[in-house]
Amino acid sequence: MPSIRSLAKDLRISVITTKRAYDELEKGGLLYTVAGKGCYVAPQDTALVKEQHLREIESHIRKILTLAEPLGLSQAELFDLFRVVAEEESNL
Amino acid sequence: MNAIEITNLTKTYPGFALSNLNLVLPEGSILGLAGENGAGKSTTLKLIMNAIPRDSGTIQVLGTDNQIPAFNAVKEDIGIVLDEAYFPEVLTPQNVSSVMQHTYQRWDNAIYNSYLQRFALPEKKPFKDFSRGMKMKFAIAVALSHAPKLLILDEATSGLDPMVRDEILDIFNDFTRDPGHSVLLSSHIISDMEKICDYIGFIHHGKLLLCEEKDRLLEEYAIVKLSDQDFLSVPPEAVHGKKETTYGVEALVKRTQVSAAFPLEHTNLEDIILFLARKEEDV
Repeated sequence: MPSIRSLAKDLRISVITTKRAYDELEKGGLLYTVAGKGCYVAPQDTALVKEQHLREIESHIRKILTLAEPLGLSQAELFDLFRVVAEEESNL
Repeated sequence: MNAIEITNLTKTYPGFALSNLNLVLPEGSILGLAGENGAGKSTTLKLIMNAIPRDSGTIQVLGTDNQIPAFNAVKEDIGIVLDEAYFPEVLTPQNVSSVMQHTYQRWDNAIYNSYLQRFALPEKKPFKDFSRGMKMKFAIAVALSHAPKLLILDEATSGLDPMVRDEILDIFNDFTRDPGHSVLLSSHIISDMEKICDYIGFIHHGKLLLCEEKDRLLEEYAIVKLSDQDFLSVPPEAVHGKKETTYGVEALVKRTQVSAAFPLEHTNLEDIILFLARKEEDV
């Protein structure tokens, strides 16, 4: 990763904010720091990434259900809709 | 280390008082001092340079108390630009360089020439024929050419067009790439400060109302626009300045002090400062 200071200056953002962003990425396990050398991107745990994506998909499904409820759509109708959209996407 | 550390600074003039000012500029960062005309910004900068006597308080610049004789040596490390560039009218940039060589021990002609080139300043034109933008860029070039660690600028971007201002902001930005370099600038053009400052201080009627990390301010404060009726349900301690119109109330609030149910809008530095000043007037 670029040094905090040079990244902040290149993007014209505050050094303090950049430092905080690096700290948060490090806390999230995405970066690690070698004292005196700099910041490096951490090797990704694929299982962890998959888990995150699944959680995101779940939250989208929940949103679909809340949107469908006032319209009185049944689950079967939703599945149909899903199939139609998936079909369209694969034909693109 | 802190580039500038001001504690309990007081200075009284007839009809004006700078009272109990505490200010810290951490090394490697840019601090912007905002405030209306006559708020005390220039007075503060003059006090930092010990150009005028103070009534009480202490000021440390680059780790040295500015009232001891050793401060004279520290002045070599400070580049200063005032709102008007004062150079003898008939001198050309070339002449100025020969004067400065004898003024500053670390005067560097190569750097000076590179700045003249970067700013497209003619070497042989007398100072009086410069435009305002050129004068300002010239003053900044001079301030940067003796390898300073601290830049102090008083209204360096006022009266300049947006393009030149942006160019100058870039120079300050580049200057602080070195973690040992710091900048203190005063301005009433708040949008400029929003672009490059790490910290913002706001002086109003000789009092420092605020000195905070810029991004924290923008995160902390929000604007709400509500009808008079709805506004009654906003806790009064959360309101940090308000403006009443015929159609309702616009108020500056702290996000942490109001319920998330209120429609909070992002704010900018200019609004924060205007609202805080208004609140102070109302008290």
